[in-house]
Amino acid sequence: MTAFLKLLFRNRLAALGAVVLGLILVLVIITPLLPLADPNVTSTGDRFARPFTQGHLLGTDHLGRDLLSRLLYGTRLSLAVGIAAAVIAATIGSAIGIIAGYFGGRTDNLIMRGVDMLMAFPYILLALAIVAALGPGLMNALVAVAAVNIPFFARNIRGITVSLAGREFIDAARLAGKGHVRIILTELLPNVLPVIIIAMSTTVGWMILETAGLSFLGLGSQPPQADLGSMLGEARAALITAPHTSVVPGIMIFFIVMSVNLLGDGVRDALDPRLKSGALSRPRATTRVDRKDPAPTRPQQGALDLQDLETQFHVGARVYRAVGGVSINVAPGECLGIIGESGSGKSVTALSVMGLVASPPGVITAGAVKFEGEDLLSARYEALRRKRGDKVAYIFQDPLATLHPLYKVGDQMIEAIQVHHKVPRSQARARALDLFNAVRIPNAESRLDNYPHEMSGGMRQRVGIAMAMVNDPEVIIADEPTTALDVTVQAQILALLDDLRRERGLAIIFITHDFGVVAQLCDRVAVMYAGRIVEEGPTQAVLDAPAHPYTKRLIACVPELGGGRRRLEAIPGLPPVVDKLPAGCAFAPRCTKAAADCQRGEIGLDRQGSRAVRCIHPEEALA
Amino acid sequence: MGAYILKRLISAIPVLLGITVIVFLIMAMIPGDPATAILGSYATPDNVEKLNRDLGLDKPLVQRYFIWLGNMLTGDFGRSFSLNRPVLDEILDRFQATLILAGVSFVLCSILGILAGVVSAARQYGFADKAITFTVLIGISIPSFFLGMMMILLFAVNLRWLPVSGMYAIYGGGDLPDLINHLIMPALALAAVATGVIARLSRSAMLEVLRQDFIRTARAKGVPERRVIYGHALRAAMVSIIPVLGIQAGFVLSGAVYIEMVFQWPGIGRMLVDAILKRDILLVQGGVVFVAAAYVMFNIAVDVAQSVLDPRIKT
Ligand code: SF4
Repeated sequence: MTAFLKLLFRNRLAALGAVVLGLILVLVIITPLLPLADPNVTSTGDRFARPFTQGHLLGTDHLGRDLLSRLLYGTRLSLAVGIAAAVIAATIGSAIGIIAGYFGGRTDNLIMRGVDMLMAFPYILLALAIVAALGPGLMNALVAVAAVNIPFFARNIRGITVSLAGREFIDAARLAGKGHVRIILTELLPNVLPVIIIAMSTTVGWMILETAGLSFLGLGSQPPQADLGSMLGEARAALITAPHTSVVPGIMIFFIVMSVNLLGDGVRDALDPRLKSGALSRPRATTRVDRKDPAPTRPQQGALDLQDLETQFHVGARVYRAVGGVSINVAPGECLGIIGESGSGKSVTALSVMGLVASPPGVITAGAVKFEGEDLLSARYEALRRKRGDKVAYIFQDPLATLHPLYKVGDQMIEAIQVHHKVPRSQARARALDLFNAVRIPNAESRLDNYPHEMSGGMRQRVGIAMAMVNDPEVIIADEPTTALDVTVQAQILALLDDLRRERGLAIIFITHDFGVVAQLCDRVAVMYAGRIVEEGPTQAVLDAPAHPYTKRLIACVPELGGGRRRLEAIPGLPPVVDKLPAGCAFAPRCTKAAADCQRGEIGLDRQGSRAVRCIHPEEALA
Repeated sequence: MGAYILKRLISAIPVLLGITVIVFLIMAMIPGDPATAILGSYATPDNVEKLNRDLGLDKPLVQRYFIWLGNMLTGDFGRSFSLNRPVLDEILDRFQATLILAGVSFVLCSILGILAGVVSAARQYGFADKAITFTVLIGISIPSFFLGMMMILLFAVNLRWLPVSGMYAIYGGGDLPDLINHLIMPALALAAVATGVIARLSRSAMLEVLRQDFIRTARAKGVPERRVIYGHALRAAMVSIIPVLGIQAGFVLSGAVYIEMVFQWPGIGRMLVDAILKRDILLVQGGVVFVAAAYVMFNIAVDVAQSVLDPRIKT
């Protein structure tokens, strides 16, 4: 609770709202004690006195009554009525919601039907009907406003109750022989109460406004008694000759509603965990690059060359080192596998290449990505955009989430072509069709007009591959493209990628957590752990004689290649959280060969010919 | 599509019936002898007898409901005693004026709100975002009736740009430019709050969508950022914006009551308030049922629009 309050008041606007509201509340509570004129004493001689006249700080109204006094008493009345309406609506609405949610079944169905009916009305119609039946008057306006808001509470509280009613502690209470009433009062209510109070605090401003509105229409408080709404309503006749009589109550309503809104926003934000984690901030078009040191100047190797790449996530004051200095390259026609558990930084490495790491929170803090002799990280947005999808293309995991759900797949293919090449639509469509055939999508022509949700997982993945191929790129980065698929489909897709690479000579970076897949497809493999490469080498050599203990464990996780299922040997322990990396070897806490010197200091990547390993007690000495 | 519309129309029937039941029950709360209560100050023996005959007020409650419902279905909403004309005629006249006001307002708040929200999201934490967020906060905090009064002071009284009130000029007027001239202020005042709410929602819907994987895919394809935001992201965000438009339409319709009072707009909201003050219950009853039914129909249109926009909805 205190943490919540702290969070709430860190929000300066919410604090401002609380202060203004508090001030108004204190003022109306002490109003009867203040030396004010009687709000209802008329004095026709003093009509429409301007503000700041002697004896009338805010002037007088059309009957010569003191406006300041009327304002404070009116505010008092408006707040009292609004709050009363909120309490009544919350009590009755919550009771209905709890009963519906707790008993469920028929009762629930019947009640919620009724609630839905009530919600089918624009709220004011219902309020007007009630006032029409009961007759104008402040109490009747209060009843009307409360009644109109009951369905809102009933629906919200029912939702919470339903989720609670299925929990064990309710069952336990039932088995213990407690009656329904006792269960509801002692077990359910305490858990629902905070929600009721929050719902009330977010609607009370609204209800103050609604009662003021009814009074404004002449259906609420009747003269001489006045709340803010009826003050405004009466002042309307003299709007042009004496505008201050309208402005005074109007501004007061504005202050009340605004401060309640600010406070309500603050409460909502403080309760929303997404706000803190930065999950509600918009990712920029490219990942932010903020390099302390100048980019490496080594000449480019292969088609794509990552040099000392470092990518971090900055969340609040914490820094997660997702990628901690990775150097890899891939040659034309070659397939490089990057393997590691989830959280090892392999995907972030891949996304960093084309600046696709969501930013914020992602920041590239060091290194270079060399392509066609240039550093992509130094490129301007437009230059980078022209290469995205045209020279370097991506295939993502789970194409249900990565294809746009509301565009036909054919249109998404056509767009991929047309953003880079000025070709007529028909020609782009023909090209899309060719590729659908190339990735062996049956009935390709009609499939172009499908939406992603109308296709199977395997078909969608083929669409993803076709889309990456559509501009004949030089490099394809495939991020776990087969994870969600069953084994046969997976094999087909891997075979397909292999063919494409051999036919067209493209370079592939293939990201996976599965050594079986690496063995099938990749010429070389780099093993990542905690954001760094721990081993690298030709696939066969690494498979035959893994040097790093982690690699060995990963290989042991794979069912025997070609042979049937083998017991999966899971690696005990979890990968480290990358905001607190231990000194020395990050794998040490899970390593069976760990020795005292492993955690003493930085361990370099030891390179011998085509292989490299980051371990001081390797399984096999590199030849 | 046709089948879907039909299905939605059929599913609206119980809701419409529910509305009539609720209104009927509320009106049955009126204390005392129904005919005298309904007629209030118009209760001459003649009128009482006529009403008793029309609504069967001496009969039991359930029977009375069906007589009333049957009458309405045949277009007979009863007779307004304060206006001395059939309720339905009056409603149809007045509803037209409300439809113009609320309709224009709704279009305004949808366009302005979505635009403001999208720009705000696209420039998150930038100057435009802060300016919009601030304006929205003010906009949703000013009661529409107060805003309307202040607009009259500024634009009609001080600047003399626009007419103070009414729908047409008393002399001359009556053509479209005259109507537009009279419509500007009330439509804007009415749209203000809904614009704010829609802007807020659109902003958060856009931010939500911009985090999605398919946006990253669009960027990975090399789609220009402008198109990523105003094409891919907006299209997807619309799926969650459209239902809110439907809800806000209800608030615009509600707010119209106040705005019609402030600007002397001859719409159905003002008719209802006048009828309540004159205790012309039949007019209130008919007006409420009519507008609520119109709102239900509008929401069906929203659902249909949603199904056009989102192919994942089974039609
Ligand atoms: S350095 Fe030490 S702890 Fe790390 S993998 Fe090698 S043996 Fe294990």
